[in-house]
Amino acid sequence: MEVLTLSHVAKSFGSRQILRDVSFSVAENTVFGFVGQNGAGKTTTMKLILGLLTCERGEITVGGQSVQYGNGKTNRLIGYLPDVPEFYGFMTPMEYLMFCGDVSGMDKRETDRRSHELLELVGLAGLGKEKRRVKGFSRGMKQRLGVAQALLHRPKLLICDEPTSALDPAGRRELLDLLVAVKEETTVVFSTHILSDVEHICDEVALLHEGVIALQGSLAEVKKLGGHPAMELELERKEDGKLLETMFPCLENQGRKLLLKDGDRLPEILAVIGERRIPFLRMERQETNLEDLFLEVIGR
Amino acid sequence: MKGFMKKEWLELVRTGRLWVLLLVFVFVGIMNPALAKLTPWMMELMSDQLVGMGLTTGQVSINAMDSWTQFYKNMPLALIAFLLMWSGSFTGEYEKGTLICVITRGLSRSKILAAKVVVMAVCWTALYGLCYGITYGYNSWFWDNGVACHLLFGAVCYWLFGLWTVGLLALFSVFSKNSIQVALGVGSVALAVYGLSFFPALGGVLPVRLTAGMELLRGAWGLEAYYMSLAVTCLLFTGCLLLAIPCFQRKQL
Repeated sequence: MEVLTLSHVAKSFGSRQILRDVSFSVAENTVFGFVGQNGAGKTTTMKLILGLLTCERGEITVGGQSVQYGNGKTNRLIGYLPDVPEFYGFMTPMEYLMFCGDVSGMDKRETDRRSHELLELVGLAGLGKEKRRVKGFSRGMKQRLGVAQALLHRPKLLICDEPTSALDPAGRRELLDLLVAVKEETTVVFSTHILSDVEHICDEVALLHEGVIALQGSLAEVKKLGGHPAMELELERKEDGKLLETMFPCLENQGRKLLLKDGDRLPEILAVIGERRIPFLRMERQETNLEDLFLEVIGR
Repeated sequence: MKGFMKKEWLELVRTGRLWVLLLVFVFVGIMNPALAKLTPWMMELMSDQLVGMGLTTGQVSINAMDSWTQFYKNMPLALIAFLLMWSGSFTGEYEKGTLICVITRGLSRSKILAAKVVVMAVCWTALYGLCYGITYGYNSWFWDNGVACHLLFGAVCYWLFGLWTVGLLALFSVFSKNSIQVALGVGSVALAVYGLSFFPALGGVLPVRLTAGMELLRGAWGLEAYYMSLAVTCLLFTGCLLLAIPCFQRKQL
């Protein structure tokens, strides 16, 4: 079942057209990577889903209900984690979560129980951290509290807008692990320009480029679009590389290394290597990298 | 909405704004009778200088009316302090982005606006009541409040004037990007209304009439001189809120 659908969504700011025709859908209990360059319109799309911006054209539905600008009805189904979450600095994390529960219309006892559970999950429980005011929190700690507040009301859909961009490598890894852990109970839409993060945790991916979805599908499907995986052969001698290149023009000679993009010809090449007893050091299959594909799509 | 109001109170207490406002209103409340009480002593102290200037001072008699005169002179200062303290209530949230997390939880914008206005109005009522109560108490202790006519009606009139400025504050908070813009907006409208009140035809209609409490207390004007202004101020306050709600709905955060 689809939790989120966007059909033919368009949005511009003044004369600048940010989204021209964006359509995609997100299935339940998946981690959906929403990829694009800086300024591609990822945050604009997120804000449209949240009803924080007016949609010029098209329709957005969350859990089957249409998103209306300024109307928070569909937001009850969403948990939102902004890139740099901002909280009321005069509150403690526990007070903030209790406030969020109150605003969401949750039962007080349930909020209390869930808040403790989430503070434990995000690593803000113990060592007196839950009693410290948010004002003194580091960026990483705020991000963790952001995850806790976003998950508090057990949303159907968790929207994370570049959540790892401001974190150090350790914090990034922790947050990614957290997102994978919550996949069981919610659907995650994760916008980012860090492709390695997408490869780590996402099941589905969509690439936003020049206001349209340039690529979309499961991670494996999208990678397939980049063609067959390449083979890399490393030879002992450079001259053998030159010889093989003249015999097989499909090989890309990089000195002692040869790159073969057309996997169909591999048996022939290996046969020649065997016949001529050409010494080689290793042979490795190179998976299509999301980054290569991304660069190919955006034309760099 | 209750949750958001609780947050507003907590913010008021923990950021120290409530204590500053309490200090200001208590100070003004005490200063009104104190200044009246000190007037004879000050006149005596300055009598030599006044004689040198060719002025003679006689026996100065003080009563509750002098204290109430001070009340109406000093109250604008307390009101300005109140408005300045609240001018960043909305804009601070826009600047930090703290409202995003609240709105994305499904709390409607009109409820957020209503919660903030209710807390501001309750805060104004409590602080104004405290200031009025202190002045009233000291006046009863030192003199007799019976010399003033329609004391309570006069108090309600000024309270309503303050409430109208709360409405203005909410309206300008919706349009403005920072607290300075809010303060300038409210100040400009208040000044413009004050300027317009000099026209005889408008004087009795505009909210500024509600601040002219001394004429009422002295018995120079009757209650009917304030009725029109009371009605117009109520309408303007309601108008401010009715305009602020759709504008806040459309505001991009």
